[in-house]
Amino acid sequence: MTYATVPDTHPPAPRGWYKRNQIAVTPFLFLAPAILFFAVYVIIPIGQSFWISLHEWDGLGEATWVGTANYERLLGIGEQNMDRKFETSFWNNIKWLILYLLAIPAGLFIALFLNQTVRGIRVYKSLFFFPFVISQVVVGLVFSWFYLPREGLLNALIGLFGFGPVNILGDPSLATYGIIAAGLWPQTAYCMILYLTGLNAVDPEQVEAARLDGAKGWRMLWYVILPQLKPATFIAFVVTIIGALRSFDLISVMTNGGPFGSTRVLSFYMFEESLSEFGFRMGYGAAIAVILFFIMLAFIIYFLWSMYQDERGGR
Amino acid sequence: MFPTPIEKRPRSAQLSYQAFLPLALILWLLPLIAVANFSIKPEADFVNGNYWGMPSSFEMFSNYGRVFFESNMPRYLLNSLFITVPTVIGAVALSAMAGFALGVYRFKGNLFIFFMFIAGNFVPFQILMVPVRDLTIDLNLYDTKTGLILFHIAFQTGFCTLFMRNFIRALPFPLIEAARVEGVAEWRIFWYVVLPLMKPALAALAVLIFTFIWNDYFWAVVLTQGPGAQPVTAGITEFNSQFRAAYHLMSAGSIVAALPPVAMFFLMQKHFIAGLTLGAVK
Amino acid sequence: MTLQKKPAWVALGVSSLLAGAAFAGSHGAALSGDLKIISDMSNPAPRAVMEGMVADFQEMHPDLDIELTIVDREAWKTQIRNALGANPPDVVNWYAANRMLPYVNAGLFADVSDLWAEPEFEALASTKGAMTIDGAQWGVPYTYYQWGVYYRKDIFDELGLSEPTTWDEEKANCEAILASGRKCYTIGTKFLWTAGGWFDYLNSRTHGYDFHMALARGEVPWTDDRVRQTFANWRELIDMGAFIDDHQTYSWQEALPFMINGEAAAYLMGNFAVAAFRDGGLTDDQLDFYQFPKIADVDYAEDAPTDTFHIASGAQNMDAAKEFLRFVVSVDNQTKINGGDALGQLPVNANAEIGDDKFLQEGFDMLSNNASGGIMQFFDRDFPAEMASVGMEGLQEFMVFPDNLDDILARLEDARARIYE
Repeated sequence: MTYATVPDTHPPAPRGWYKRNQIAVTPFLFLAPAILFFAVYVIIPIGQSFWISLHEWDGLGEATWVGTANYERLLGIGEQNMDRKFETSFWNNIKWLILYLLAIPAGLFIALFLNQTVRGIRVYKSLFFFPFVISQVVVGLVFSWFYLPREGLLNALIGLFGFGPVNILGDPSLATYGIIAAGLWPQTAYCMILYLTGLNAVDPEQVEAARLDGAKGWRMLWYVILPQLKPATFIAFVVTIIGALRSFDLISVMTNGGPFGSTRVLSFYMFEESLSEFGFRMGYGAAIAVILFFIMLAFIIYFLWSMYQDERGGR
Repeated sequence: MFPTPIEKRPRSAQLSYQAFLPLALILWLLPLIAVANFSIKPEADFVNGNYWGMPSSFEMFSNYGRVFFESNMPRYLLNSLFITVPTVIGAVALSAMAGFALGVYRFKGNLFIFFMFIAGNFVPFQILMVPVRDLTIDLNLYDTKTGLILFHIAFQTGFCTLFMRNFIRALPFPLIEAARVEGVAEWRIFWYVVLPLMKPALAALAVLIFTFIWNDYFWAVVLTQGPGAQPVTAGITEFNSQFRAAYHLMSAGSIVAALPPVAMFFLMQKHFIAGLTLGAVK
Repeated sequence: MTLQKKPAWVALGVSSLLAGAAFAGSHGAALSGDLKIISDMSNPAPRAVMEGMVADFQEMHPDLDIELTIVDREAWKTQIRNALGANPPDVVNWYAANRMLPYVNAGLFADVSDLWAEPEFEALASTKGAMTIDGAQWGVPYTYYQWGVYYRKDIFDELGLSEPTTWDEEKANCEAILASGRKCYTIGTKFLWTAGGWFDYLNSRTHGYDFHMALARGEVPWTDDRVRQTFANWRELIDMGAFIDDHQTYSWQEALPFMINGEAAAYLMGNFAVAAFRDGGLTDDQLDFYQFPKIADVDYAEDAPTDTFHIASGAQNMDAAKEFLRFVVSVDNQTKINGGDALGQLPVNANAEIGDDKFLQEGFDMLSNNASGGIMQFFDRDFPAEMASVGMEGLQEFMVFPDNLDDILARLEDARARIYE
């Protein structure tokens, strides 16, 4: 990185300090408010959470310094076993992160379907977007009724094909998948919108040229369209990963972490330990959050790395 | 255009597409239709396990009437509006400025600051929960709209800056250089040259942030309580009572609560799509 | 009482003097200023009750500026910490027993022992224990309700069954119900606490109130053979198939239709369920109540959770707050707010009248005459918060996979060792 490279073509006439340093100073003036807000509400709290995670604190009285004891208990360092709730939550988080990505191809599919200019398509697009804007609490409720073992529509449907009734949310091995499916509904709508905008920007000339070369269908999609949709895919990937981490509302509505804690994810577990009805372990909760943060750091580094590569190629 | 515009296909394909479209929509919105159905049912249907069938009596007017006239819903809706609109303005303003600084200037630490915003965007927000709550309490902003707005602006700034900076990067740089040669002050370049070009991005971000903030539930619960400041997402749970959830009222309430973002999207669709298109990462 | 014995007239003189002072403080000088109340009585009926109480109190003290905020009951369980910390209100709602403990320990609730020393509070003696921590009282109750078995009388009649009083009768009844193609009990354990009710009853009926409370205080290991005996009794019902299938999927409301449709015959629940049964279409001819039957030869202990009012230690208007608490427990107000047309629960003041409702009457009779073992506040209020949450999860798992018992108990024991230290 170097200093401002825009050549100063003006003669060095005597000017004020600001005028002289305008190009060096302006970016910081423009950045100052955003950085201030971001530091106060995001950067510093991350540090504070780390600090809290080294204490035992019920959130009401005085905190006691316990060093890394919270982490040792979580990860099972030393003589103790790994916290089983933590272990379950961790693996569920992984499931969320992977399966949630299905929203991307699904969103692309729907976007391709809707990318037409028939009468009323604007209304259709808006209505397809609806699931994304409805409260997650309600999405969770509806899906949990949908899955009900007896009254639920799901069992009625699979019953038509001769399959026995299943109790998705009551079965510790299936419940997480049931919640993820519910989460995919709004997330797919979101990805769809991103792809609709992406398709709008696809260069028609390239498409026509490819058509003349005889490309169509899947080949066209794969070799011509998808590369042009890369920006949309990138954003969809980013928001989906973030969405997978915000799975909190659905879990608390649909299973409340159960049955027997099988659907917890780290963010839910953290909330449960520190601020829920029975949770008074701020330090322990903060330690879970810190570990979650380190898991996310892997993604963050990947994104930053790929962006850094792009930047070096760019201006 | 991809896929092939339907007008260029045979007539039969056109007809079947037009017929399939509403069908697909109904299938897609089935859960939502269920919510709409819930919202016109009497409470007794839920006690009797009649979730999916026809309402045993048509209670639309009484349910929605109760939502609007016998609950705090109107107040919650207003709160949501007074939280969402300033947040959108604040986050878009801050990030337009930050994006301008990061997209146009080269200086030491540019990438570092940019990456910091991106990284902050990925932070699992639960890690911020306790410190932000304490901070808000210390600032005497607990249970106020301002407290919620300030936090939302800060947290959304990460995402918005990523977006804005990339959008500005995609603008023709010679335009800015030309202005500099003319001796135009930097802030004027921002105001008169860059900002007008960013209109689509501003519109797109505004819609997106609007939906994010409007649907926020987590922070609403952490930073506010009661109808004085709480937005509608949290307010809906007011229908949930100690021992019994009023599903019919919650459904009606959530339909009402979902309408503003849908309307917003519908009205802004053109700008939204144009803005996202250009703002995507190069 | 830990007071030294003193001549009766001294004690009398002091207390009447105190009462006199209280009288002067509350009525002599009119109350003024602000009174901030946060209530979690967010259901339609309780909300009306709360608003009515404030209106009445306002009328008595016109110079007082009362600000009432009603918040969602579930949300309040987590919000109370924030509310008490920053710029606290004067009066808040909460629960009795161990649920108060973190707030008492952190010094967020004000000590109201002086109120309890007033003669009017003698009528509240039965709830004093639940409000006491470290020998002081930290709030006042305003209502409580009984737990027990609500059952379909018409089904019992059809099968020729009568209310069971012993464990063997209970099981025999259940056999008959199962043979008729129904389940004995409906239950929804999705939110766990319903399973806590079953454990409270099974454990206290098997080993008595004192053992149950010792377990709650962490003095008995979960792996103790006596605890296993309780689970063995429970397992008898589970192995019979007495409970509805898939109960881990249902909230307690979602489990109601089983009983309303006649697929299950009974529900172990709190008295608040009665309103839901009636809404679902059951008449008082179809619905009846019996006390949980005897298992071992121990005195009956009953779950009767108490809901409460507290004063924040940072309250700005202590005088008005205390006067409000006095008003809440007063005879007239207790009769009014617990009546069948209001909360429909039991008044905490012994001089108040019980609402004219067969379940209220029956519940009151049961608690006054047939609960000599003691009154439990419910699993999640008697056990410390963390133990309650780990414990109820284990109970739910046991009800679905009873074979996991060893693993569950080992886990609970692990938690006990850490939580009580």
